[in-house]
Amino acid sequence: MSEVAGKELRIVGFLCNWCSYGGADTAGVGRFKQPTDLRIIRVPCSGRVDPMFVVRALITGADGVLVSGCHPRDCHYSDGNFYARRRLEMLKRLLPFLGIDDKRFHYTWVSASEGARWQQVVTDFTTRLHALGPMHKK
Amino acid sequence: MSTQKLKEIITKVLPDVETVICWQEGFDKLNVTPIFITSPEQVDKVVWNAACAQNLASYLPSQKKKVAVVVKGCDSRTIVQYMQEGLIDRDNVVIIGMPCKGIISKKKVQKAVNNEPVEEVTFADDSIKVKTPSGEKTIAIKDVCPSKCTTCQYPTPIISDHLAADAIQSDKPADSVYADVAELESKSLEERWAYFSKEFDKCIRCYACRNACPMCVCQDSCIAETRDPHWITQKLSFDEKLMFHMIHALHLAGRCVECGECERVCPMEIPVAKLKKKINKEMKELFDYTPGVNPEDKPPMFVFNVDEAKIKEHKL
Repeated sequence: MSEVAGKELRIVGFLCNWCSYGGADTAGVGRFKQPTDLRIIRVPCSGRVDPMFVVRALITGADGVLVSGCHPRDCHYSDGNFYARRRLEMLKRLLPFLGIDDKRFHYTWVSASEGARWQQVVTDFTTRLHALGPMHKK
Repeated sequence: MSTQKLKEIITKVLPDVETVICWQEGFDKLNVTPIFITSPEQVDKVVWNAACAQNLASYLPSQKKKVAVVVKGCDSRTIVQYMQEGLIDRDNVVIIGMPCKGIISKKKVQKAVNNEPVEEVTFADDSIKVKTPSGEKTIAIKDVCPSKCTTCQYPTPIISDHLAADAIQSDKPADSVYADVAELESKSLEERWAYFSKEFDKCIRCYACRNACPMCVCQDSCIAETRDPHWITQKLSFDEKLMFHMIHALHLAGRCVECGECERVCPMEIPVAKLKKKINKEMKELFDYTPGVNPEDKPPMFVFNVDEAKIKEHKL
């Protein structure tokens, strides 16, 4: 059962191993309460996230996709998230043109120490998606 | 006559190159096909008219030796983009530029003559005369040109070693290029989804758009067909069709030179280039980048700035 009222949605999260995944772990260790709609996929770096991961997830049944990496300038591989930022911004602007609400896709930066911020991101994003409802009408 | 000049240039450059890639008459006057000229006798087959639609620059990345290629203004952007991405060696290409006032779309001509068999076509400066069993019809080129010609900014090749005619300046306003994208943007999210669903649902996944695309350089490794990685299945469904078009659009992000080959070859008349034009419009806005214009540029997805002036963090 989701923390947010209503039927649980399917949200896919691509988290970089070094910052955001650590941030989510920090949130867990700190026992910060979070909605359970998010399914996390750990990737080595946000630069590993091909915009097609997001598109494929949205087409094949996800209601929303969250991508999170290290803050710019903090990338473990020094420049992965700089490339990611350009790609994801491009996708963010393309999706609404196609007719997919860009509110269903969000990218952000969370560091390994920001457990509270991670909790906030997940809660806000899940709340926003619950307001939009399921993407695929069955 | 520029055809004569073109033939003279080809004869002149032929001894220095392996082959000259040009156009020749196809099975009828409306169809023009590529010709790879290797001997002086073949030069007589060369044609230049409004039916020369194909982007011959597409052949360049697969050429091993020094070649010459004949390009229109729009095709020359392909060469510039290849240079930006390091796909060709400029020293191995002789570019013969062909200033162009607009080409015809075969499909539009056929529609204009009610799909009657075309017996004869004669080309004038800005019109064509088509002979069919029910008589002759003169059609203005601007009425049957592909949409790219109506907003053409580069009638004269951006880059060339030889010019076969006098350079032409564009008389089309620069802000008209993305007018069709802006028109779709003004519609609601649901209307746009309905539009693209209808268009992409027509797709038969023949991949002609990919095969014709000069910037689709993966060839046999295209992930639309590989089993490893297995991005899309053979299943006949809208989702898979949409996925294919997203692969094409995203792999061309900031690289599409708007030559219109994808739309020209599409048997289902899907506006394949729309998504790519939208991305180009955003690239112009975000990074002030236009693909295939300056050989010194780098495609925006290949590089980054530590501080991106125009990318703002999104709030939840």
